[in-house]
Amino acid sequence: MNILLFLIPIALILGLIGLGAFFWALKSGQYEDLDGAAQRILMEEEDDRNPN
Amino acid sequence: MGQQNISDNAKLDRSLNAGGYSTLAQKGLAGEYELSVLVSGVHCAGCIQKIESRLAKDKAITKARLNFSTGRLVMGWEGDKERADEFVALVENLGYGVKPYDPRTEADETQRQEKFLLLCLGVAGFAMGNIMLISVGLWSAEGEAMGMATRELFHWISALIAIPAVLFSGRPFFRSALKALRGGHTNMDVPISLALVLATSMSVWEIFKHGEHVYFDSAVMLMFFLLIGRYLDFRARKNARSSATDLLSTLSGFANVLGSDGKIQRMAIRDLREDMIVQIAAGEKLPVDGIVERGQSTLDTSLVTGETMPREINAGAQVYAGTLNLSTPITVRVEKAAEDSLLADVVRLMEQAGQGQAAYVQIADRAAKLYTPVVHSLAAITFLGWILLGGIAWQDALLIAVTVLIITCPCALGLAVPVTQVLATGRLFKKGILVKSGDALERLAKINMAIFDKTGTLTLGKPVLQGDYDQGALQMAASLASQSAHPLSKAIVNAYEGALLNIENIEEISGQGLQGQCEGQVVKLGSRNWCGIDGESQSNDLELWYRKDADAPICFTLKDILRQDAKAVLEKFNQDNVGTILLSGDRAAVAKDIAAASGIETYYAEKKPTEKFDILEDYKAKGHSVLMVGDGLNDAPVLAAADVSIAPGTAIDMAQNAADIVFMGEKLAPVYEAYEIAKLSQKLVRQNFALAIVYNICVIPMAVAGMVTPMIAALAMSGSSLVVIANSFRIKWRA
Repeated sequence: MNILLFLIPIALILGLIGLGAFFWALKSGQYEDLDGAAQRILMEEEDDRNPN
Repeated sequence: MGQQNISDNAKLDRSLNAGGYSTLAQKGLAGEYELSVLVSGVHCAGCIQKIESRLAKDKAITKARLNFSTGRLVMGWEGDKERADEFVALVENLGYGVKPYDPRTEADETQRQEKFLLLCLGVAGFAMGNIMLISVGLWSAEGEAMGMATRELFHWISALIAIPAVLFSGRPFFRSALKALRGGHTNMDVPISLALVLATSMSVWEIFKHGEHVYFDSAVMLMFFLLIGRYLDFRARKNARSSATDLLSTLSGFANVLGSDGKIQRMAIRDLREDMIVQIAAGEKLPVDGIVERGQSTLDTSLVTGETMPREINAGAQVYAGTLNLSTPITVRVEKAAEDSLLADVVRLMEQAGQGQAAYVQIADRAAKLYTPVVHSLAAITFLGWILLGGIAWQDALLIAVTVLIITCPCALGLAVPVTQVLATGRLFKKGILVKSGDALERLAKINMAIFDKTGTLTLGKPVLQGDYDQGALQMAASLASQSAHPLSKAIVNAYEGALLNIENIEEISGQGLQGQCEGQVVKLGSRNWCGIDGESQSNDLELWYRKDADAPICFTLKDILRQDAKAVLEKFNQDNVGTILLSGDRAAVAKDIAAASGIETYYAEKKPTEKFDILEDYKAKGHSVLMVGDGLNDAPVLAAADVSIAPGTAIDMAQNAADIVFMGEKLAPVYEAYEIAKLSQKLVRQNFALAIVYNICVIPMAVAGMVTPMIAALAMSGSSLVVIANSFRIKWRA
């Protein structure tokens, strides 16, 4: 059963990383325009202002 | 003197182009300027790219981001504040409408709330996933298979995740429940909050008691499912709210005011006062009611009065806000300031209507009213029953009472309405029907009376050439007409397929028609008298006369025709026992024709916006549930006041904002399709409620008897939610 002492924290940490990523995405405004995001994948990126 | 004139004209040009947007630009943190505007006409990825990349071409622009869902464009630039107007002009020149946007509006508040709900949902999802992981271990090790120490460790880890998660993600429910309790009444959130708090604290108590069962998983799962329902519901309502904000911005444009010193000044429409002189360019909408000072032109009044035929105006004519100046620039003396204008009357009527509609109680709320007392008294009876009759300790009795609360918690009820709504609106969206307010379908399913506007609703809203004509004459007329923006000219051009001729010296004579020269002959296209025919026309149809030199004039007959399937759609409504009525601002003879052609028995004609509003109120007072279908400014108050309303995609912004549903295309069929799907979705909602009740009837006896373990609770709750969701999906499979 000692393996639990490793597995449970690992599971929790992985989950927390996911939660952290979600927080970051929400904070950086990625959920503000869901319809727009769906449209933007169709755009070509030739007009990228900073190619480098 | 001549020099003076030129410089004055140059100044005039500059100030006409200046939008006044620079006053709205705000200084950002990094020293750059920022401006938010509302852009209309954006409907695909191409539009986003066109606007953003056009702006990005300017070196000064540091940021250009268009939010597709809200139509908000944020741009930032370095350097001169005054360049704001230049950037707005860039977007306008691409063919999009731009309106000033006040960033302090409630749209921000809505966005903040949505973010908050998402945040709660994310945390609840994380907590549920991890607690379930541990709970599966607990469930599968029934009895003595698991050591005491391991089980307690699992319980503690669950508690460690669940307690912060409930405190964090439960807030939307706690807040709403507290608000309701302070107001002296209850809502659905009261039993939810109670179940969450009791389940968590009882489980903590159990841990200290070294008990066998903890209910952290149930509490967190409950919270997660309910938050999904809450979020879907919020998104469905968001659209309705944002359109109310847009409505106010109709009055927030700019106008060119001619000062007493002869200079032109750009002013916000809301600052216009009586007796100011406003210049209206061709193609511009009138911002105020007033009297024409100078110039003669043609006005498209269809949005205000519903009349198809453009109106000729001269100096001294009364004009109304919201009409469109078609041909030549005019100056107008302001008679009523913007907030007293006909347009503002319409806005006021709409606000009044909006308050009336707030009285509508959604089916989910009605269910909650019945549900709460039943569940609470059931839990109380269970608690007392076990103590008095079962003779067990009060702690154990409380645990059983709490499981009753948890297991009856309205998971399925919370999902029943939002899931159906989202699926139904998604299905309609694919057919080009946009449902804007959350409960529109619920209200639409209940109508027993449908009122239709004429111009642009039952009809296409633009004249179409009728009958057969000599191709040579039609070709010549079309070539001439191609130079004009007049609706009748456009109709002639649309009716002719083929190459156009080159006509020289074309001039448009306001109120009369077009004149030009071709192969040495003078050709004219215009009014009856102008082409040399005396007397008034006897026909109800629109006429456009064509004359080549001294030849006999030819009369083109034009008509605003019915939408192809209008009659069939109205018949379908009648078959479903929904009465149909025509309500028009146009002349009685025209309204009568259209009513006859579409099979409508009751019709009203020559009605002003306020009269239309009164007629609607009359029907509502008689107990009818009314659907209004309309497209013009004159319909806007009625659209807002009706129980539910639909507008075609060609309607003016204001009507589209006021309507609950907007449909695209040249057919009327979407109106009936929306009605059909609304009825279907309401049927599914009722089935969902029935399923939820059946579920409760099955599990409540077990819970009252104290036989529900955490595993059974989890299976029952997720099972009932899945059944409800699966049932809702049937809306996708039905033809």
